Amino acid sequence: MPDKIPVTVLTGYLGAGKTTLLNRILTEEHGKRYAVIVNEFGEIGIDNDLVVNADEEVFEMNNGCICCTVRGDLIRILDGLMKRRGKFDAIIVETTGLADPAPVAQTFFVDQDVSDAARLDAVVTVADAKWLSDRLKDAPEAKNQIAFADVIILNKIDLVSEEDLKAVEGRIRAINPYAKLHRAKNAQVPIAEVLDRKAFDLDRIIQLEPDFLEEGHHHHHDEDMQSVSFRHRGPVDPEKFMPWISDLTQREGPNILRCKGIVAFPNEDKRFVFQGVHMILDGDLQREWRADEPRESRVVFIGRDLDEDAIREGFLSCAA
Amino acid sequence: MTATAAPSLLQAVQPFAFDAEVTGLGWLKDTAAFALADGAVALARGAESHRSAAHPDGVILVAGSDGERFVTGGDDGRLAVTGQDGSTRTLAEAKGWIDALAVHPGGSIAYATTKRVVFRDEKGREKVFDAPSTVRGLAFAPKGTRLALAHYNGATLWFPNLETKPEVLEWKGSHLDVTWSLDGRFVVTSMQENALHGWRLQPDRGHMRMSGYPAKTRSMTWSSDGAWLATSGAEAVIIWPFGSKEGPTGKPPRECGVRSARVTRVAFHPTTLIVAAAYEDGCILLIRLNDASELLIRPVVRGSGVTALAWDAKGRRLAFGCANGQAGVLTLPS
Repeated sequence: MPDKIPVTVLTGYLGAGKTTLLNRILTEEHGKRYAVIVNEFGEIGIDNDLVVNADEEVFEMNNGCICCTVRGDLIRILDGLMKRRGKFDAIIVETTGLADPAPVAQTFFVDQDVSDAARLDAVVTVADAKWLSDRLKDAPEAKNQIAFADVIILNKIDLVSEEDLKAVEGRIRAINPYAKLHRAKNAQVPIAEVLDRKAFDLDRIIQLEPDFLEEGHHHHHDEDMQSVSFRHRGPVDPEKFMPWISDLTQREGPNILRCKGIVAFPNEDKRFVFQGVHMILDGDLQREWRADEPRESRVVFIGRDLDEDAIREGFLSCAA
Repeated sequence: MTATAAPSLLQAVQPFAFDAEVTGLGWLKDTAAFALADGAVALARGAESHRSAAHPDGVILVAGSDGERFVTGGDDGRLAVTGQDGSTRTLAEAKGWIDALAVHPGGSIAYATTKRVVFRDEKGREKVFDAPSTVRGLAFAPKGTRLALAHYNGATLWFPNLETKPEVLEWKGSHLDVTWSLDGRFVVTSMQENALHGWRLQPDRGHMRMSGYPAKTRSMTWSSDGAWLATSGAEAVIIWPFGSKEGPTGKPPRECGVRSARVTRVAFHPTTLIVAAAYEDGCILLIRLNDASELLIRPVVRGSGVTALAWDAKGRRLAFGCANGQAGVLTLPS
């Protein structure tokens, strides 16, 4: 079985600098060939790369799962692109500024043909340092994109003061403390920080610690979107934990954008690692616990209007 | 019975090796035409094969034949026709990928680029229809005057040459391929949700749900008597009974060619109740419906899952093509 093609999803509100970043990726000397799926042929297109026009056709799966939307056009395009297998090394999907990243991500979990051929590498969100705070107030899409991100490029930092920058980073962190955050001018970030992140690879979910670039952030809580995390310093009972996490994501799925966890089971030498997008859960027993690691259980949820107390209570009642 | 234990016709297969995945297949009289992912059409007759550069800058995504012309649609936005003599030319150009195609034996063609469907009659006159969402599958009704379009939330039946409003057949979900029964009474689609959906058009309206597949069905074929619809998508050929006027409703399908590999392509013989079944592991079997007896046409070949399969018009030859460019033509012993 040939290696699965990595797919990077590039999101960001209108004008944040997505296309600038995309152009930087494509023009840099990296020796890689990309297939780029865009919504409009803009000012991109390097001879070496394959550019495909998409139309963001989002549809609901007819599987009883109300928030299980996928990108139908992406399924179709990937099917066609795979016939060019060997002609490109990776795929970049640029979404429109108003797009919700969830259907793109869900496509990789729901469609068997897509998940056989390609793997979601990471959701990269470009945010405008000057305007993000305003957009977080008036544009739910911008908030979704921040909440969903594995990597956030805080762009156009030259247009704001250090103080404002800290404030906007604080807002980002209140929503999503787990994404890798990079400050940038003209979307100038090392390509390695954007591509080949393996953010959805269960084997790469090593720890669930917030990514703080520096100490001293003071947290302000976002009004409706937040992340909550819980730790139990010991194993959980799989007979209780599995039904709980499955029921929680089924019930609260529309509000839970992303979730991740590393948990210990009694008499099990391997870590159970899971991640999810809305109602879709993906989990597996992964590598063995190392001797120097505490066998504890940790879960993280990023979502809207999460009932922190209820989730904590539910999780802690799974303790073995 | 395992595939390798079946009696075989391996010696009757003329093998070919092309440079790219075979993405489609059709017959031009005694010549097999293979559509390739590198944009070429390979024409094979006897032990010889020749390449025609039908899509020099593209990948062939869809292909079909009317017996005289091999029609191909590509990601270069071109619809090309290639003749038995290897001559090839552009028939039409579209903005975007041409990834749905239907060719009627009478010479008319329909193709789609996302939502836009173009019908082109045998004289080259075009009619255009814009569907409500991307059209993934196209099929002509037996007479060739009406088209079925598979799209999101159902299918549309369209008479390109009549002013009548297209008829919408609704069913929630994403519909992929579409086929029309030989008597015109049933329209069946394959779906994103690993199921088939059927609509009964006569004598009354009715839905048929055919589910339980572990994977998407991407190949469907009617038996020559019209009584059976064989399908891919499971680790056996799933064959639905359409012999009665109510179709398969309430009846279980037949299963044959059960193996521990998924069926990728199916093709009923044009005159007898024999179905050719091709698998993801490269194996190909001929299966007789009345006693489920099997003949081995191709053994398991690693990395060479079968992607295309078609009988010639008389049913004397069966051509196949694979993901790694391997291909072959079986000639049945006379």
